[in-house]
Amino acid sequence: MLNEQKIRKDFEILNQPINGKPLVYLDSTATSLKPAAVLAKLNDYYTKYTANIFRGIYKISEEATAEYENSRKKVAAFIGCTNPEEIVFTRNASESLNLIAYSWGLSALSAGDHVVVSIMEHHSNFVPWQQLGKDRGWVMDIWRTNAEGELDLANLDKLITRKTKLLTITAVSNVLGTINPIEKIVQKVKSLNSHCIVVVDAAQAVPHMSVDVSQWGADFVVFSSHKMLGPTGTGVLWGRYDLLDQMRPYNYGGEMIAEVYEDRTVFKAPPHKFEAGTPHIAGVIGLGAAVDYLSGLGMDAVRAHEKDIVEYTLEKLHEINGITVYGPKNTDNKGGVVAFTLRYAHAHDVAQILDEDNVCIRSGNHCAMPLHVYMGVAATARASFYVYTSKADIDLFIQGLHKVQSVFT
Amino acid sequence: MDLYREVILDHYKNPRNFGHLEKPDSVTEEGNVTCGDRIVMEIQVNKKNEINNIRFSGEGCAISQASASMITETVLGKNTEDVLKLSSKDVLELIGTQLTPSRMKCAMLPLEVLHKTILALKR
Repeated sequence: MLNEQKIRKDFEILNQPINGKPLVYLDSTATSLKPAAVLAKLNDYYTKYTANIFRGIYKISEEATAEYENSRKKVAAFIGCTNPEEIVFTRNASESLNLIAYSWGLSALSAGDHVVVSIMEHHSNFVPWQQLGKDRGWVMDIWRTNAEGELDLANLDKLITRKTKLLTITAVSNVLGTINPIEKIVQKVKSLNSHCIVVVDAAQAVPHMSVDVSQWGADFVVFSSHKMLGPTGTGVLWGRYDLLDQMRPYNYGGEMIAEVYEDRTVFKAPPHKFEAGTPHIAGVIGLGAAVDYLSGLGMDAVRAHEKDIVEYTLEKLHEINGITVYGPKNTDNKGGVVAFTLRYAHAHDVAQILDEDNVCIRSGNHCAMPLHVYMGVAATARASFYVYTSKADIDLFIQGLHKVQSVFT
Repeated sequence: MDLYREVILDHYKNPRNFGHLEKPDSVTEEGNVTCGDRIVMEIQVNKKNEINNIRFSGEGCAISQASASMITETVLGKNTEDVLKLSSKDVLELIGTQLTPSRMKCAMLPLEVLHKTILALKR
C-alpha cells in the first residue's frame, strides 16, 4: 500500500495553507500536482544544462540531448513498449489525437468510411473525428453506454463493419471512471475487421494504473504528462512503427528533416519525423522524472490506493441526501473519478461552497458534453483522486457536502 | 459564506416574479448549455415604455436564479431605455458581493436575456 503521508511531503503545495486551511485537492483528473523530484529535474535543465537538443557538439548540448532521449526510453519502458522510436513527444494528448487524425486519418480514410467513437469520449477524442469527418464525408457511429456507464462489447457486432476503418476509445472515462477492457475490445474489433485501426485515449489510464501497450494490441495510444505528475506542455503519442513510418509529417520544419534542398526535403524517420521545431525540452525531461517517481511507487500500488479511496468515497456518499452518483458502482472497473449531482444544488454552487474550505472539485461537463447530453444532465460535480489523496481529504469533502445540504435545504 | 448570504439564498428558494405572463409583449429564452443555467424573460410594456409586468422562469445555479429574481424586482415600473443601460456594475450591486469571473457569467445571464427581450420588442 502507498504511504500517502510520506508521499504528501513531496508535494509542497499540500503543505501551504490557504487562508489558514490546508488545500484539499480533488481535481487530479483535470491536472495532477507535481512532486519536488519532478520540479528539481525541470529546474536542473534551466540552471545546469540549458541548451538546445541535437544541435551542439558542446557538453551541455550533448547532456540535454541525452536527457531528452533518455526520457523517451523511460516513457517507452513505462508503457511496455520495446521500441522507443514508437514514442512521439507532443504538446499533450489532445495534440497527439489531432496528429493521428491529420497525419494518419486524412490519408487512410475516404468518404463513406466509418469511424466509431464512444459516447463517453473527452472532446479531444470526439471533435477532431467529427470535424475532419464532416469535411471528408466520414460517417461517425457512436457506441453508447448502458445505465451503469459501461460499454457492451456485443454492440461491436453491429458497429464494426467492413467499412469501419477506425475505432477510438478512452481507456478510463474522465467523468464516469469506467475502466474499459481495452485488450478485449481490440481483440473483438480486429476479429470483426482486421483492417480497423484502434486508437486509445489513455490520458486517465497511464497515470493511474499499469499499462502495457503490447498487451493491449491497439495501434495508437495517447496520454499527457501533466496528468501524471509531470509538467504541462508535454504529451505522448505511442504508435506502431509501421504506421508511423507510412504517415506523412504533421508539422514541417527544423529537427524533423534529414536533408533540405531548394526543391525537395528528406524527412527523418519516426519519431523525430513528428517532432518539428524545438520541443518543450524541460517538459520532456520533467516527464522522465515523473515516470521515475511513479515507477518508484509501483503502478499496481497506485491503482490499489485509488481503489481504496474510491470505495471509501462511495460509501460516504451514501450518507448524502439527494445525491446521484454516475458511472459504475463496482470499483473493480471504476477509476479514481466520481461524478455526481445533488437534487437541491447546482454543480457550480456545490463547487463554490466546497471552495470556501479549500476543497477543490470541478463542475460542468468536464469536456464531455455529448456524454452529459446523453445522460440528460447539464452539469455534474466531479471529485478525482491520485497518489496524494488521503481519507482525511475525503472526510473534508463529505463535510463540505453536508454544508451544501444545510445551505440549500 | 459571503456569496451565499441570506438574501441570495432567499431569492433562490423564493424567487420573485417567477412564472409566466398570459399575454406577454416579448419573450426570450437563453441559457448556457455547458452548465445548464437557463433563463426565460417575459415582459409587458405600457404606452410610456415602462415595464408594467415581468416574469422569469428557468433553472440553474443559485447565482443565476437569484440574480434573475433580483433583477425582475428592480426593473418593474422602469422605462425600457433605462433598463437597457443597466450593466454588470448594477448586477454586482444587487448581488452584493464580489464574484469570480466564472460566476459573473452566471450572474449576468438574466440581464443579458432581459436586454434581448427588450430589444425584441422594437422589431
